[in-house]
Amino acid sequence: MSKVLMKGNEAIAEAAIRAGCLNYFAYPITPQSEVAEYLSWRLPEVNGVFLQGESEVAVGYMIFGAAGAGVRVFTTSSSPGISLMSEAISYLCGAQLPAVFVNIMRGGPGLGGILPSQADYFQATKGIGHGDCRLLVMAPASVQEAVEMVMTAFPLAEKYRNPVMILGDGLIGQMMEPVSFPDQLKTEPSNKDDWASNGMDHRKRDKRNLVRSLFLDPEQLNNNNLALRAKYERMKQEEVRFEAYNTQGDYSVLMVSYGTMSRVCKTAADMLKAEGIEVGLIRPQTLFPYPEMAVREAARKSSCRAVLSIEMSMGQMVEDVERSVQGARPVQWYGKCGGDVPTPEEIIDLVKRTLSPM
Amino acid sequence: MAKTFQRPRAMFEAHTHYCPGCTHGIIHRLVAETIDELEIRGRTVGIAPVGCAVMAYNYIDCDFQEAAHGRAPAMATGIKRVRPDLVVFTYQGDGDLASIGMGEIVHAANRGEKFTTIFVNNAIYGMTGGQMAPTTMPNQRTTTSPFGRKTEEVGMPIRVAELLASLVTPGYITRQTVIGPKYVQKAKRAIRQAFQYQLEKRCFSLVEVVSTCPTNWGMTPQEAIHWAEEVLLPYYPLGDLKTPHDQSKEKPCKVK
Repeated sequence: MSKVLMKGNEAIAEAAIRAGCLNYFAYPITPQSEVAEYLSWRLPEVNGVFLQGESEVAVGYMIFGAAGAGVRVFTTSSSPGISLMSEAISYLCGAQLPAVFVNIMRGGPGLGGILPSQADYFQATKGIGHGDCRLLVMAPASVQEAVEMVMTAFPLAEKYRNPVMILGDGLIGQMMEPVSFPDQLKTEPSNKDDWASNGMDHRKRDKRNLVRSLFLDPEQLNNNNLALRAKYERMKQEEVRFEAYNTQGDYSVLMVSYGTMSRVCKTAADMLKAEGIEVGLIRPQTLFPYPEMAVREAARKSSCRAVLSIEMSMGQMVEDVERSVQGARPVQWYGKCGGDVPTPEEIIDLVKRTLSPM
Repeated sequence: MAKTFQRPRAMFEAHTHYCPGCTHGIIHRLVAETIDELEIRGRTVGIAPVGCAVMAYNYIDCDFQEAAHGRAPAMATGIKRVRPDLVVFTYQGDGDLASIGMGEIVHAANRGEKFTTIFVNNAIYGMTGGQMAPTTMPNQRTTTSPFGRKTEEVGMPIRVAELLASLVTPGYITRQTVIGPKYVQKAKRAIRQAFQYQLEKRCFSLVEVVSTCPTNWGMTPQEAIHWAEEVLLPYYPLGDLKTPHDQSKEKPCKVK
């Protein structure tokens, strides 16, 4: 398979088409507008649907309508836009509809900035909308991985009938890297006749389908929430993904980092190795479900003295790291969240300071 | 002997939860009759709003989606764009469409989305208990305007049909009512026409239906009908504001 040099945002757009998703609704926002620009000419080529909505609020519900009608559909946005879509995401979870959301994160809060950030970790993994709703969240660290995650996101969304989010920082969307696309249409969209409001004419049984999230009866609502919880628990059993780097032998510090930040951490680990300092890295590829066991076991290695959560936010993932480590080792946060990505030298300094005697 | 009047197939045999004197039941029936007559039940998707009609799907028997407050036009857009073969209608009240959902209806109408909106205007929020709506009349008392709507503070009521008819694109915008038998017949024709235009993939269509809410107006059903006739209809005049035939009047824009 030949490689092409592509900008992350354009590769994400192409990956969705290769995944059999020909329906896209979006609203422009930096730093991910290239997805919409690319799809505005690419989707008509494949007889797909492209529509620029009037707001992220409306786009969220165009996604809802299309997902409810039983087609593969996705959107892309960036942090403030995702906040506006979060209402619809809660409704999608409540009505158990599959859809894919890509968040190419920029700095916040408020308008924040337009440079890379990882400050939507809490929003994506813990507080995406009102009510007991969760997303399956995947975090790519390269353009190639973004492509692969987009392609797996659609079948996963259908497997769970739940929205899936690709959480990338601005750099994943903006940088160009060589990328090869997996074979086209690995997964055919599943049959949705049991639940989709796609017209009852063609169905085998003469019964209409309702797509809804309102359950006024307390028992019914509780049952719906129990069904959702069962799905989230199943995700924890079946969908955890992570990469372990330099964790085979002994190491004195364990770093936990994801996305673009984890690549800087890898470089720092290689540079430290040359100086004779061994540092391990766990890179969560799914943020929900979180690789708790992997972080716990790596932290408990007898040679490991401390755990560092390194992120482009003011200390969000560190709470999941602490939860995973369960007090077995000291856990420390390090991060920046203005748009600059911490350098390998900063990480090396941090590791050395962590190891220096008090 | 042939039956001349019966329950439409597209309606469940059910008691509604609507109050005495409420006109939702009549409007539901007109929609259901239209679905029957056009033989489209098997490819129709309705969108229920937030408001008294949130459970419209308990009465109208076809596929349904349930919207968030005001978002029905965006959902209808999503369905219709990916499945143009389906017949899609939104059923929305005035709080839903004219307040929280004004952005969605304006843009869906302006894109010329090929779905149909049944807009039930009773000048008040019904389900939440009679609060002021953008369509509430001057000096009309509601639970959030206990001294009457003060237009110097919140402006005059919005005429949705006129507002949408000011856009170039939307094809069929009409205002009807169902507060008397003579009106019901006309409203039925308008609703059927709106669906017909959709079937012809012709234009966006919206039927505003001036309606009553005796419970929240604090009136008997009889008084409510009189009040609607005397106060609402002069401000919300009935008739077609726009039909697809008008559209040829618009001069084409020059493009470099």
